[in-house]
Amino acid sequence: MFPFLTVLVALPAAGAAVLFALPEGARARAREVALGVTLLELVLGVVMLTQFDLGSAGTQQFTEMYSWIPQIGASWALGVNGFGLSMIVLALLLTPLVILAGWRDDEGDATRGSRYLALVLLSQAFMVGIFAARDVFLFYVLFEAMLIPLYFLIGSFGGAQRRYAAVKFLIFSLVGGLVMLVGVVALYFVGPGGEHAYLIDNLQGTDFGTTAERLIFLAFFLAFAIKAPMVPVHTWLPTVAETARVGTTALLVAVLDKIGTFGMLTLCLVLFPEASAWAAPVIIVFAVISVIYGALLAIGQRDMLRLVAFTSVSHFGIMVLGIFAFQPTSVEGAAFYMFNHGLSTGALFLVVGFLIRRTGSADVADYGGLQKVVPVLAGTFLIIGLSALALPGLSPFVSEIMVLVGAFGVAKTAVVISALGVILAALYVLLTYQKVFTGPTREGLESTRELSVRERLVLWPLIGLMLLLGFLPSLAIDYLREPSADVIPVVSAEVAE
Amino acid sequence: MFTAPEISYAAFAPTIIVLLAGAVGILLEAIIRTHTTRRHVQLGLALGAMVAAAGTAIVQWATYDAAGVVAQAGMFVMDRQALAWHVMLLVFGILGVLLFAARTRAGEEAFTPLGSTAPGSEDEAEARRRGFELTEVFPLALFAVGGMMLFAATVDFLALFVALEVFSLPLYIMVALARRKRLLSHEGALKYFLLGAFSSAIYLFGVALLYGATGSLSYADVAAAIIALPDMSPLFVIGAVMVLVGLLFKLGAVPFHTWSPDAYQGAPTPVTAFMAAATKAAAAAALLRVVFTALFPLEWELNWLIWTVAILSMVVGTVLALVQTDLKRMLAYSSVAHAGFILVAFAGFSPQALSAVPFYLLTYGLATIGAFAVLTQVREKAVDGTVGAEATRLGQWAGLGKREPLLAASMGLFLLSFAGIPLTAGFIGKFQAFAAAIDGGAWPLVFVAVLCSAAAAFFYVRLIVLMFFTDVPEDQEESIEVDYHPYARVVVWITAAAVILLGILPGGVLTLFEDAATLLTGL
Repeated sequence: MFPFLTVLVALPAAGAAVLFALPEGARARAREVALGVTLLELVLGVVMLTQFDLGSAGTQQFTEMYSWIPQIGASWALGVNGFGLSMIVLALLLTPLVILAGWRDDEGDATRGSRYLALVLLSQAFMVGIFAARDVFLFYVLFEAMLIPLYFLIGSFGGAQRRYAAVKFLIFSLVGGLVMLVGVVALYFVGPGGEHAYLIDNLQGTDFGTTAERLIFLAFFLAFAIKAPMVPVHTWLPTVAETARVGTTALLVAVLDKIGTFGMLTLCLVLFPEASAWAAPVIIVFAVISVIYGALLAIGQRDMLRLVAFTSVSHFGIMVLGIFAFQPTSVEGAAFYMFNHGLSTGALFLVVGFLIRRTGSADVADYGGLQKVVPVLAGTFLIIGLSALALPGLSPFVSEIMVLVGAFGVAKTAVVISALGVILAALYVLLTYQKVFTGPTREGLESTRELSVRERLVLWPLIGLMLLLGFLPSLAIDYLREPSADVIPVVSAEVAE
Repeated sequence: MFTAPEISYAAFAPTIIVLLAGAVGILLEAIIRTHTTRRHVQLGLALGAMVAAAGTAIVQWATYDAAGVVAQAGMFVMDRQALAWHVMLLVFGILGVLLFAARTRAGEEAFTPLGSTAPGSEDEAEARRRGFELTEVFPLALFAVGGMMLFAATVDFLALFVALEVFSLPLYIMVALARRKRLLSHEGALKYFLLGAFSSAIYLFGVALLYGATGSLSYADVAAAIIALPDMSPLFVIGAVMVLVGLLFKLGAVPFHTWSPDAYQGAPTPVTAFMAAATKAAAAAALLRVVFTALFPLEWELNWLIWTVAILSMVVGTVLALVQTDLKRMLAYSSVAHAGFILVAFAGFSPQALSAVPFYLLTYGLATIGAFAVLTQVREKAVDGTVGAEATRLGQWAGLGKREPLLAASMGLFLLSFAGIPLTAGFIGKFQAFAAAIDGGAWPLVFVAVLCSAAAAFFYVRLIVLMFFTDVPEDQEESIEVDYHPYARVVVWITAAAVILLGILPGGVLTLFEDAATLLTGL
């Protein structure tokens, strides 16, 4: 069979190598090369969607396995079920849009532009690899190695504070990653061992012993909570969001941070069901705190990029709540939300980026009355904003409701408080819209450019997809139902005991 | 009555080749008068000898089974563990000697033209004018490598001492031979020598105590005597601790590390590169053998020492590296922290350490030599355009990534490997070390190690930030010159390639070290 996943990893990696090696004269063409590679990836992703056997969405498909470092039990094992596929499709969808959105970012400095795109391609290779990894060691290696391109993406391109932001991001991620490393190493000794010691299939169902399982779970969970990011280890995200390039942040929040929740879903729950059940009450408390705290801080922000970052903290709280409620509907909802949040927040970052590009300011106070000058931009912004507050008809609504309804049976208080977060969301979205787009037009903004064709090409597909999945959510949920159902019994059996 | 021991020359061919070449090199010093010719001949001889020795060792590896050869009246063994260290030390030696031979484009060496002249004196200027060259460093390096090879292969406390001195004395000399900042170089060498002599004395005292308690100097007999005694004699424990102190000094672990920043900074950078990689490897090799054969029965009594020293090394090394502004000193403190990570693999006394430690040293040594090789090429430039000393102040590296992307990227790679980021050799090394510790139940120590790694990443990354994210200050644009010699470049490429290869496909080398994970005791 065609090795879809390895190709999906190798292709952007090769593209990145090409861009790095591009001779001086050809660097102006880097954009076309990068866009071509990512579009090709997207086509491959769509082919995968059609080839995917929906009837057994819970089993790993497109599997590949090669021995990699048998001495330490690591294999190059790839494969996806519905969860992994949805995340890969999200990554493949957003990368070309991000490249298109930043089409003119580096005009006049082709070298810089080609470096940026090379790093974006490299990140894409890592993203696909992580979502497809069926081996804990492989997952870990990619999870940590991905920091390198991200670090350079944040540190080399962006605002004045970019060095500080890059180092802060790196230190947070490294602490999480290295603590996880202890867990990964320990897994070898408490697990079955041997040449394929780290294969998730081999580890699943192993009895590690209660203490070991809980400690390893905590090591993994910390790394994922930092990545997700959850309160209180979220502080790196706003810093990065306000300084990094908008494209970088969009990719980071929309796709890469999902690795946190993805890891909880596919590693924590699957490998450590007992520990997950044991820790769930505390985790849910932190999730609820994230929902409320993130929303409150979002309301308080004047910088739009920081605002979007805090809304994400809030939304990640809802996903974590859904995952650790261990109900079929809530887990499905959380997985679906991971996809929708990618669309919604990705679009939100990009549209804010377009706005900033026009005026040079991210401060809400510098805007006012743009509605009359650029009605299309205003409308687009509003729809995207409404998706973030989970307006019915747009897909985030469906997933949020699924999480809240699904979790209600087991965690009433948490759900009730989290629902407050949804109301707060209305505040931060609508207040921002009001300040930026309504009222008298501010001086100097009368000649603001309308959304260009390229920019529409970036945003409208995302809106279209949210509308489509808002009305026909089963298109996506069919991919997620079985894998969710497979995760639950493992945990609920433990809960019942 | 004294009987001459039977010497198995074939078994010791690699060491003999290296030491013999060293002796020949000293003779050549007297015979060849032209400086340039002498340099070429000495370099050729050193490289040839070490390549031949490595080749011999590899042939021996293929022919010996796991049993190996015990020779020299039970004082030395040649098992695969020893051979693995031999090849590693020879690789470090070859790379180091290549760096010794590298010169700037203006023809300036790393070494002083005549070591016997007083710094700043008329004689020194005269020696410089006549174009003297100090080519003794090549035979000195050969002696050092030969001593280290013996150090890794001995199973007798007295032979260990002899080997220790054989490799230490040439190092003391080489540290003192810097061309620039000679007083600093002398200071470093003197500190290294005095503290080294001190630690040798402590080691010898420990050996005497062990001998007094057991009546033997061989590892196997000491171990057997410890097991045989019903009660633990304090002599054993005190003796063992003192022996370990001597070895930990060479490893550069806290609190026996105080020589390393000065010696690293003062020594000519090629010597620093060689010394940092090879001394640590030799020390770890000897420590491994001593701990896992002679002192293994004292596991419980010595565990606290290893834990304490490991934690101290990691914490102190990391914290002090954070505040350094000189690159060589920063790398020196980072090497102290790495000594701690190496000791983490020892804690728990898991047999996994026998393959984890050599692998760690290999990854660490390659990255270290690579990093110092980069350092030799980044030079200060005077207003009149002459290229001067190495630019070791951190600030001077600002913006190097824009001017020399490949060189800066290699440096970045070595730093990432030090930090243990995946897809570099350092990660696999760290993984192996942590695995050995967790296997031995020392996971709290691993936790400390992990936190130190995160903090350590900060100062490695700081240099990457400087090289890639910081714009070159206007006034500094002209004051830095990248002056490379093909030899130095070759060393950078080789080490960089090895760091990537060992990071992505370490399987083959891991297997080799697993094969080497049995120790002969010499019984």
